[in-house]
Amino acid sequence: MSPGPTRSDVLLQVSELHRWHGPVHAVRGLSFLACRGEVLGLLGANGAGKTTTLSMLAGVLAPSSGAVCVASHDLRTQPLRAKARLGYLPETPPLFPELTVDEYLLHCARLRGLRADGARRAAAEARARCGLDDAGARLLGNLSKGYRQRAGIAQAIVHDPDLVILDEPTSGLDPAQILEIRGLVRALGERHAVVLSTHILPDAQEVCDRVLIVHEGRIARDVALNAPPPPGGPHRVRLAHAPAPAALAELPMVEAVQAVEPHTARGEPGSGFRLTLRADPAAPAALAERCVREGWGLLELRPERRSLEELFISAACGPPPPAAVDTAGGSAAGDAGPPGADDADPAPAGVTGGAGDGGRTP
Amino acid sequence: MSPRATGPAAATLGAALEIARRDLRRLFATPLAWCALGSVQLVLGLFFFIVFLWGFDARQPMLVAARSGFGLTALVAAPLLKSAALILLLLTPLLAMRSLAEERRAGTLALTLSSPVSVTGIVVGKYLALLAFLALQCALIALMPLSLALGGTLDAGLLASALLGLFASAAAFAAVGLWASSLTRQPATAAVSALAALLALWFVDEGGAADGGPVASALGWLSLTRHLDALMRGVFASDDVAYFVLLVVTCLVFTVRRLDALRLGA
Repeated sequence: MSPGPTRSDVLLQVSELHRWHGPVHAVRGLSFLACRGEVLGLLGANGAGKTTTLSMLAGVLAPSSGAVCVASHDLRTQPLRAKARLGYLPETPPLFPELTVDEYLLHCARLRGLRADGARRAAAEARARCGLDDAGARLLGNLSKGYRQRAGIAQAIVHDPDLVILDEPTSGLDPAQILEIRGLVRALGERHAVVLSTHILPDAQEVCDRVLIVHEGRIARDVALNAPPPPGGPHRVRLAHAPAPAALAELPMVEAVQAVEPHTARGEPGSGFRLTLRADPAAPAALAERCVREGWGLLELRPERRSLEELFISAACGPPPPAAVDTAGGSAAGDAGPPGADDADPAPAGVTGGAGDGGRTP
Repeated sequence: MSPRATGPAAATLGAALEIARRDLRRLFATPLAWCALGSVQLVLGLFFFIVFLWGFDARQPMLVAARSGFGLTALVAAPLLKSAALILLLLTPLLAMRSLAEERRAGTLALTLSSPVSVTGIVVGKYLALLAFLALQCALIALMPLSLALGGTLDAGLLASALLGLFASAAAFAAVGLWASSLTRQPATAAVSALAALLALWFVDEGGAADGGPVASALGWLSLTRHLDALMRGVFASDDVAYFVLLVVTCLVFTVRRLDALRLGA
C-alpha cells in the first residue's frame, strides 16, 4: 500500500453522514476520504442512496447529521469556501436550454467567482477539455445527449475545482460516447479528486481507482481496483490432455486441486481445474512450464479473482456478513465473501481484469 | 485563475448580479418577454387613446366651465397608471412562476445551490432579474403619459408619485410571485397561487371601508389598492411606502427560508 496521504491531498472528508427523507433513512452513516489524483466510485443498485450522498457532498442537500469537508473547509460552517472548490454534475445536467454553450460556461465560471478575463479563459479551457469546441455557439437545448453530458461535465470543471462530483456521468449514452466520457473522467482524475456514482460495473472497473459498494445507505465494501493482486491463490486451469487430479496435487507449486466443469455450453474443450497456488510470484510460470513439459496441452491459465460483479452481487443481494464489512484487506483477498460464492461460477465472465480485493486507502 | 478576493457581502452581491444577468438573458431569449412587453403596450395604448384621452377631450369644456382643479395628469395619467398596475398584477405571476419552480423541476437549481452563493444571494438575484424586467416595462408605460407633455402641461410631482406607485406595485407583485414560485415544482401552480394572493390583496378593501371596525381597518391597511390610490392621488406618505417595502421584504425572507427548508428536506 502506498504511504498514507498527507493532509493537503485529502480533498474530501466525509464522516458519519446520515440523511433521512421523512421516515426513510436513506444514508446511514457513510464515512470515507478522497484524495487528489483519485477516482472514487460509489457503486450501488438503484435506490442505494448514491444520488442523495452526492447531493450532500455538493451542498445541494443538507445532511441530517454528519460532516463533509471539501479541501479542509467544512461544508456547513464555511459553505462558500467549500463550494468554490467543488464542481457537481447532477443526475440530469443542469443546463439552461435558452443559452449557448459559450454563454453557459461563462456564466458558470462567473457564478463560481471568476471575473472578466479569468472567466473567459476558464470557459474556453473547459470547452476544449470536454471536446465542445465545435459546439460553442449552439444552444444547449439543441444538443444531443452526449454533448449535453459533456456540457454538464464542462460546467463542473470550469473553475478548476479540487473535487469533481459526477452523478452517473455515462447514463443514457451510446457505447462510443461512454468510452469518450470514461476517457474524460480518467483525465480529470489526474488533476482533481473525482467522486462518481454508477450502477454500471464496467464503468467502475474502467475509470475508478477505488470503489465503495453502497447498499441500503451503508458502505458494504471498499475495493481498491489498482492495487496489485497478492501472489498465489486460486487459478483457473484448462488442459487438453489432463492427468489425474492427484498428479496435479503432487506438483510443488500447487496447494490444492479441485476439478470444475468446463463451460461445455460455450464449446470449451478440455477439462477444467481450480488450482490453489503457493504464494510465490513465480508459481504460475513454473506451472505453465511443467504443463508444457508433460505434454498436458495447456489451454488456459489465469488467476481467478473475485470480480467486482461478484462483490457487488454479494454485497447488494445478500446481507453481507458483519466481518466482511471493511475487512477486504490485502492478505484476505478473495476470502472475504460468503463461503461458496467463489464456486458459483467457475469462470466469472469477462470482468476479471484487474479486479481484486485490495487494501483500503486509510 | 484568481479566486475572488473580496468580502462575503461583495461576493454575495456579485453572485446575485450574475444570477440576475443570467435570468434576464434567459427571459429575453424566449418570446415571452417580448410578447409581454408588446401586449401590455398594445392594451394600454388602446386604453390611453380610446377611453381616457377621448373621454377627457369630451369632458374638457365642462371642466373648464366648472373651474375644476383636476387636470390632465389627474384625469388621464393617474387612471391609466392604475390600469397598468392591474395589468401587471395579471402578468407578473406568469413571469415569476418560472423563476424557482421551473429550475427545481428541470434540476438546474442544483447548479446554483452547488455554487459558492448563499441562498440570500440566489433569491436577491432572481428578484433583481424580475425587477429589472418590470422596470423596463414601467419605463415603456411611462412614455404614454409623458407624451401628453407634447401638447399640454403635466403635474410633474403627481406623475412621479403615480409612477412610483406603479413601480412599487410591480415590485410587490414580483416578490409575491417569487415566493409562490418557491413553493412548488409546477410553474402553473405557482402562477395561480400568486395570482390568487395578489387579487386578494387588491380587492381586500372592497366594501370593507364602510364598516370601520378594527377588523375592517386592519384589512384596509392590508389592501394594496388603498396604498396605491394614495400614491396615484399624489399623496406620498411613509405609511404607503412602508407597506410596499414590508410586503417585498417579507416575501423575500419567506422565499429564502423556503429554499433553506428545501435543502434540509422538508
